[in-house]
Amino acid sequence: MKKRYLLIALVLLSFVSLFLGVKNIHPLDLFRLSEEQLQVMLVSRIPRLVSILVAGAALSISGLIMQQLSRNKFVSPTTAGTDDAARLGILVALMLFTSASLIEKMIVAFVFALAGTFVFMKILDRVKYKDAIFIPLVGLMFGNVIGSLTTFFAYKNNLIQNITAWLQGDFSGILSGRYEMIYISIPLVIVAYLFANKFTIAGMGEEFAINLGLKHKQIVNIGLVIVALVSVVVMLTVGLIPFLGLVVPNLVTIYAGDNLKKSLPLTAMLGALFVLFCDILGRILIYPYEVPIGLTVGVIGSGLFLYLLIRRKAHDA
Amino acid sequence: MIEAKHLSKSYGGKPVVEGVSLRVEKGKMTSFIGPNGAGKSTVLSMISRLLAQDSGEVLIEGKEIGQWKSNELARKISILKQSNHINVRLTVRELVSFGRFPYSQGKLTAEDWKHVDEAIRYMDMQDMQGKYLDQLSGGQNQRAFIAMVIAQNTEYILLDEPLNNLDMKHSVQIMKVLRRLVDELGKTVVLVIHDINFASCYSDHIVALKEGKVVREGSVDEMITTEALKQIYEMDIAIQSINGNRICVYFT
Repeated sequence: MKKRYLLIALVLLSFVSLFLGVKNIHPLDLFRLSEEQLQVMLVSRIPRLVSILVAGAALSISGLIMQQLSRNKFVSPTTAGTDDAARLGILVALMLFTSASLIEKMIVAFVFALAGTFVFMKILDRVKYKDAIFIPLVGLMFGNVIGSLTTFFAYKNNLIQNITAWLQGDFSGILSGRYEMIYISIPLVIVAYLFANKFTIAGMGEEFAINLGLKHKQIVNIGLVIVALVSVVVMLTVGLIPFLGLVVPNLVTIYAGDNLKKSLPLTAMLGALFVLFCDILGRILIYPYEVPIGLTVGVIGSGLFLYLLIRRKAHDA
Repeated sequence: MIEAKHLSKSYGGKPVVEGVSLRVEKGKMTSFIGPNGAGKSTVLSMISRLLAQDSGEVLIEGKEIGQWKSNELARKISILKQSNHINVRLTVRELVSFGRFPYSQGKLTAEDWKHVDEAIRYMDMQDMQGKYLDQLSGGQNQRAFIAMVIAQNTEYILLDEPLNNLDMKHSVQIMKVLRRLVDELGKTVVLVIHDINFASCYSDHIVALKEGKVVREGSVDEMITTEALKQIYEMDIAIQSINGNRICVYFT
């Protein structure tokens, strides 16, 4: 997996993405766009492309960080309760402030997501039986417990529809003026890259980290903050994109190993590429309608996830 | 010099280490021996700041261990624990390069890479430095971790059962390397070791622990005697002198 090929594919698909849609814009029109076409580009197509790239890269990286810090290949925001806790947070925000602004929702959801991830990491510390498959199962159960709480309170407050809206990732609603929050992910990705070496060391265990003079807890906490914030920001702008943080980092580390300095940029690029590909697929399949990204990534991602599971079984045997 | 004063530690109300005081002399190889559950690893963890003591103090070159900056300490003292089966896909060279982290914070200079190369050469791992740890045997893994500690280039090197899971050939190889670190590079090596014959053949100083206390310490000649070992292990162990080494015969 060469960086160069990933980059070329990204540029090509980005191009396709910009010129794909109900409103027909031909690449050759690029330098003489009509007023209307320009509007479509600026208001819809470009914001959509940007949020696809950012969401894909940032979510994949948060998965990578979680896997490194928990020392488990099957832990990700989807399988550690982060996403579920974030949704509960959004619900709480909706209940507390009847017409919560995006920022208010973000802050409350972030606090919940962080707390949820924290509790999961604490559970992880306590669990004696650290089987690779058992841990994410615990995470899924934990997430479902939170999820049922969310559903319960959503029912009582007549908010079920609002809540399910966050459940399914969808880029078709991305319009200029309603997606800019996703830019928060960009500095987070940069911070993640700056901390790549420290995450790698922290992933080798607390004693290993202390030996090298690293404050283990502090590094883990920084990692969890990045993960929670990215998950919340993407959920609020795009919605839930399941399996992304699980599949992409796993595919990368099979080839590039666990040195984050090396695997993190690759993960970001492959993540962006994967989401871009799934999005284009979703836009072509039932053209002029769309299959939401949560569904395409979910289907392809869970297929790949199964493959990883089976591959692992074969590897262990 | 590392100095421990009246160290105590208990887990769930059960004392594991009680009032241990000891000194680790510079430029010597010191071995901690003793039966299972004697508290050897716990003491090693406390004098290397992996574990906080309940009471007592640890002085590294006269300065209390908590007073050291963690990054400075990481250039002074290194510790390798027995549980190194870390399921991480790093190459040997990547792992060894992490030993330079306390110096470079991940941005390795030419000087750092020189240390990495030297450490790999010291452990004779040049031909496998590009391999991933999970492709190597337990012994090769152990050697890679020791190479990392060598690259860390600390005055004090602490190792918790470095011979665990190693066959005879690799055990001897590692003990010889540790001895060379002391003799050639002037390092101070402290290890927890179960095989008393390795302790006898390679150490300068032996500390015996039993039930959380230091029961005896001294030179090899003082410690490897039937009488001393009886006190430590509650076994009658005959001592044979073979090629100038004191060998314990405890198999029957």
